[in-house]
Amino acid sequence: MNTRTIEIMVGLFVAAAIAALFMLALKVSNLASYGQDEGYEIKAHFDNIGGLKERSPVSAGGVRVGKVVGINYDNQNFEAVVTISIQQGYQFPKDTAASILTAGLLGEQYIGLDPGGDEENLQPGDEIELTQPALVLEQVIGQFLYSKAQGE
Amino acid sequence: MLVEIRGLSFSRGNRAIFDNVDMDIPRGKVTAIMGPSGTGKTTLLKLIGGQLKPDAGTIRVDGQDVHRLGHNALYAFRRRMMGMLFQSGALLTDLNVYDNVAFPLREHTKLSESVIRHLVLLKLQAVGLRGARYLMPAELSGGMARRVALARAIALDPEMIMYDEPFTGQDPISMGVLVKLIHDMNHALGLTSVVVSHDVRETASISDYVYVISAGKVVEHGSPEKLHHSGSAWVKQFMDGLPDGPVPFHYPANGLIDDLMQSEQGK
Amino acid sequence: MMRDKLQSLGRHTLDIFARIGRGAEFLIHTLYVLPAILLRPALVIRQLYYVGVQTLVIIVVAGLFVGMVMALQSYIVLVDFGAEESISLMVALSIMRELGPVFTGLLFAGRAGSALTAEIGLMKSTEQLSGMEMMAVDPMKYVIAPRFLAGFISVPLLTAIFMSVAILGGYLVAVELLQLYDGVFWSQLQAKVDFYEDFMNGMIKSVVFGFVIVWIAVFEGFDCLPTSEGLGQATTRTVVHGSLAVLGLDFILTAIMFSA
Repeated sequence: MNTRTIEIMVGLFVAAAIAALFMLALKVSNLASYGQDEGYEIKAHFDNIGGLKERSPVSAGGVRVGKVVGINYDNQNFEAVVTISIQQGYQFPKDTAASILTAGLLGEQYIGLDPGGDEENLQPGDEIELTQPALVLEQVIGQFLYSKAQGE
Repeated sequence: MLVEIRGLSFSRGNRAIFDNVDMDIPRGKVTAIMGPSGTGKTTLLKLIGGQLKPDAGTIRVDGQDVHRLGHNALYAFRRRMMGMLFQSGALLTDLNVYDNVAFPLREHTKLSESVIRHLVLLKLQAVGLRGARYLMPAELSGGMARRVALARAIALDPEMIMYDEPFTGQDPISMGVLVKLIHDMNHALGLTSVVVSHDVRETASISDYVYVISAGKVVEHGSPEKLHHSGSAWVKQFMDGLPDGPVPFHYPANGLIDDLMQSEQGK
Repeated sequence: MMRDKLQSLGRHTLDIFARIGRGAEFLIHTLYVLPAILLRPALVIRQLYYVGVQTLVIIVVAGLFVGMVMALQSYIVLVDFGAEESISLMVALSIMRELGPVFTGLLFAGRAGSALTAEIGLMKSTEQLSGMEMMAVDPMKYVIAPRFLAGFISVPLLTAIFMSVAILGGYLVAVELLQLYDGVFWSQLQAKVDFYEDFMNGMIKSVVFGFVIVWIAVFEGFDCLPTSEGLGQATTRTVVHGSLAVLGLDFILTAIMFSA
């Protein structure tokens, strides 16, 4: 085999591999969204976050506006503290409510933002006051059975 | 003396291959090392070349103890001193004849391709294979492969060449060519040649001095004429190729009749 | 009788340790001479052709089919939950985290690893390695190092190609055959496949697999008995040990990477 042919074949091989790496990085993963993360962070306290995880989506009106970047436990108030990163360009009023919702019956959990009517917007580092914890299926069923039993 | 071997011992596992062997290989001469198969003749060449380390004793080549050289010094020493012709030729199978001969030149010198071309063609001319330079090793006969290997071994103009069984398995014509080549190389280039072989007649015809080794010892040494008139019955049997003698035709066994009778009884 | 068996067991155990020792020594020697080969890129490029390019076809074909089968199987399970839009996610995550590196490793051990062992073993048995030594050309530098480096580079590249072809195979089945919506396929991936956690971890696996397979392949060739039988055994050992090493290391790496 001629040296030049070999060099060309190897060149094509390496080029194909690099193309594959680019496709995987940009089209098949969230690398592209890493760049847009120049957002601002706000916090929210929840009684119960259910199955929420880091990188869970945050949406408002069904549009994805950010993601969960941190989950901690507050030892003073015995509550979960969730840090949310909102993409630059999205603004929400101060009295926005955050609730933990489930996509479908068995789907993953995400944070839904419900904007209020305040004149002022949330600033970086602010905290969302109005929160609604995750629905835990066992508790819901328990309450349902309990109320049924009470009714009879 | 180019090569001086003193008190050489070497063993593989429990088997002693050399036991306190002394040998001298004179400069500019053809020295033959003969012996039956399996006496470690090839091992001796590898010891001289520094590929194997002896258990005891020293090997000096050109006054330099080969086994005291570090890795890099040993490689530099080999490049300057030694060429070796392997039984199979050991040509690089992915390179053609020309590139095989050019290989040591390209690896060790910074000569331009046009100079290398001159050298390669001259070396190939010396072994009569200039016309075969575009063949691949797989297309060569055994004898031709050895001739190419010889051209490659002399490419860097070493002081000595070691031939490992150069005549084994050759037809009479190839054999004649190789005998002539070894002889001519020695005379024309003043190379020191070490030929390891058990082809007694061919080897004796070109060698100035012969060592016969067997069972880890030098049994006899001297000029070829002296060996032919050796007093030792074993050397005589070896030199003349007699089927029976001190080395018996039969592997040690019980009497034939006893054996046959035993097999009757189902044993 | 019993004593004989114990003796042979002991001997075999010692043989194994001796082999591991030689393998480690060989690896250190190889790594030591590796920098020198960077000055001779032509040698490495030639080996990249034999080791990488020639393995490409089997990688592409295998990747395509693995991706298509994964998509079909995922559909069968997910459609019951009405979650068939997650096919792409299922395919991509399995391929990136596990199947990509592991399949590529196994195929590489079988195709390129065995060829490396056979080639080096043949060079040894035809005295080409000895011949080089006597020509003062170090076979560790000229033969072993370029093959080691080429193999080590090839495996991650082949893995990346396997992954992308497999995902395209999944795309073919999901979008062309099962009539899934094209936009959903890609948006699921971009939303839920994490670049570092999923993709980079898979690539790290492939780098480790490549290193170990190439080490085994090159060592077995260099260490084999220079007979046709010894050569056959060495080639078999490369495939068996290489494959087992890939599977074993995959478990260990998975445990480390995805346990948190």
